[in-house]
Amino acid sequence: MGELKLMKGNEALAEAAIRYGADAYFGYPITPQSEVIEYLSEQNPYERTGMVVLQAESELAAINMVYAAGASGKRVMTSSSSPGVCLKQEGLAYIAGAEVPCVFADVVRGGPGLGTIQPSQADYFQNTKGGGNGDYHNIVLAPASVQEMADFVALGFDLAFKYRICVCILSDGAIGQMMEKVILPEQKARLTEAEIKAKYPWALTGRERGTQHRVITSLDLDSARMEEHNRHLQRKYAEVTKNEVRYEMIDCDDAEYVFVAYGSSARIAQKSVQLGRAAGLKVGLLRPITLWPYPSKAIAQLIDKGVKGFLSVELSCGQMIEDVLLACNGRVKAEHFGRVGGIIHTPEEVLEAMKKQIIGE
Amino acid sequence: MAEITLQDIIQPENLVYEKSKLLTEKPFHYCPGCGHGTVHRIIAEVLEELGVDDRTIGVSPVGCAVMAYDYFDVDFVEAAHGRAPACATGIKRVWPDKIVFSYQGDGDLAAIGTCETIHTCNRGENITMIFVNNGIYGMTGGQMAPTTLVGMKTATTPYGRMPQWPDGTPNNGFPLQITQLLAQLPGTRYVTRQAVFSPAAVRNCKKAIKKAFQNQIENKNGVNFVEIVSNCNSNWKMSAVDANKWLQDNMLPVYPLGDLKDNFELIKK
Repeated sequence: MGELKLMKGNEALAEAAIRYGADAYFGYPITPQSEVIEYLSEQNPYERTGMVVLQAESELAAINMVYAAGASGKRVMTSSSSPGVCLKQEGLAYIAGAEVPCVFADVVRGGPGLGTIQPSQADYFQNTKGGGNGDYHNIVLAPASVQEMADFVALGFDLAFKYRICVCILSDGAIGQMMEKVILPEQKARLTEAEIKAKYPWALTGRERGTQHRVITSLDLDSARMEEHNRHLQRKYAEVTKNEVRYEMIDCDDAEYVFVAYGSSARIAQKSVQLGRAAGLKVGLLRPITLWPYPSKAIAQLIDKGVKGFLSVELSCGQMIEDVLLACNGRVKAEHFGRVGGIIHTPEEVLEAMKKQIIGE
Repeated sequence: MAEITLQDIIQPENLVYEKSKLLTEKPFHYCPGCGHGTVHRIIAEVLEELGVDDRTIGVSPVGCAVMAYDYFDVDFVEAAHGRAPACATGIKRVWPDKIVFSYQGDGDLAAIGTCETIHTCNRGENITMIFVNNGIYGMTGGQMAPTTLVGMKTATTPYGRMPQWPDGTPNNGFPLQITQLLAQLPGTRYVTRQAVFSPAAVRNCKKAIKKAFQNQIENKNGVNFVEIVSNCNSNWKMSAVDANKWLQDNMLPVYPLGDLKDNFELIKK
């Protein structure tokens, strides 16, 4: 059995990393996720499990430490918040091109630029549509509770090593800062050198004599090989899309109108569903758990079952709505509602927006 | 007396020189006369002599040596521009028993990667850093580097590097003495400046590079930093021979050879 604790989302993420048997965390402080590195430093994981915790000189340095340490077969992670994630995009593109497994968390704050330190979901584009250069995707997991902040660390590492891909835990300032009950998993052992060599033959661990040396790189100047490498990446992304779409449906069985929301907005929209149902409205909630790959088929199936409209509820000026519209493909109405600047929408105004924008009087 | 055949000469006792076994069969893409090939060979020989090829991980830069991983028969990761010291830090921290080295040029190490360079040295990571300084950007076609000499013509200083305009307003800035700067940091154990323009220089350089790796093997901390003042005859637009002469006449007065720091102690000149 796991251990029940009351924790902040950021702390749960950090504790889950130690318990998963992560080998290293490389990070740089930024509000609202500095608790991750503070908690790790306070827990002294070097004593607990041998995990390395290093405060780098910048987000750039941190992600490049992650890149190379991940390339050597170790389980490494980093975390940051929006302007810091911009800096990490260089490394994330290299990580995608070189197929290095790793986990990073973005505890989103408002933008653009320095923006605000208040919660936001305006990093959806940055994390689901690339951010760095080239044709690539990271798997994006969207926790909606402190429990999921912890759970998605293990899920993230499992997926990262299954596909040799970067997994982004796309959280926000509200999920990172709020305290909730969380059940923590048992402590797992870190992998030994022999285990790493056996499990990950691609990992840079020093080439054995008489064998081919290994190279981890995103570069290839041969056009034919580089095209094939891109095709290979796309086949991998298709495989991820086929296998790893995750979502939750609440009150969708007989729903005529559905909120689409993730993370903290999903928590609010869940209350809006209750309010709507109490008022006799057949409303439901689709909560994407993976934002890439996106649960587009779930939206199409809801339309098949008779859903007449969707409201994408986001703490942004409308980013995920683009994926909702693509999934709807013009078959039914879909619009966006959201507050920004650090203002968090109320369940009442979300329900009101559904009535006004989608249901109509 | 019997005729001596070629087969009689090719005997182990007659062997005076061979390619290091840690260099692959892939021909270098470097321009004829460039110092990179010599520096590669020295590193390969040293790793072979130290017997650490099965636990060495190299980090290649962005620049002419971006594909250094093709030439060394050891594991390699290719870093983003300027980030090789961060990459080396990441590997060494999770694999403290591996031998980790970074290989960078002047634009990579002393311009775009200055932050990573300084902080890696300041943390005293137990790694070996190889820095090839030819005062110019080679791969992108001969633009100004942070180490370009005053007055030196490059693609972006076609009239010569001019730190300031005649009226004193800032222009191209000054040659960056990055190696002196790094020697001042408490995290550097061994800092030396070498060259490969002559057989004697190559021998000295090899001693220095060997020491820079031996230090890493024997200790737990302290960056071992080797600058190699080299040439770029293609972008300097000279013959290889002229470039090596120019290097001695012009580069070495600004970047004098020798150890700057040993065993954490600055060397007083």
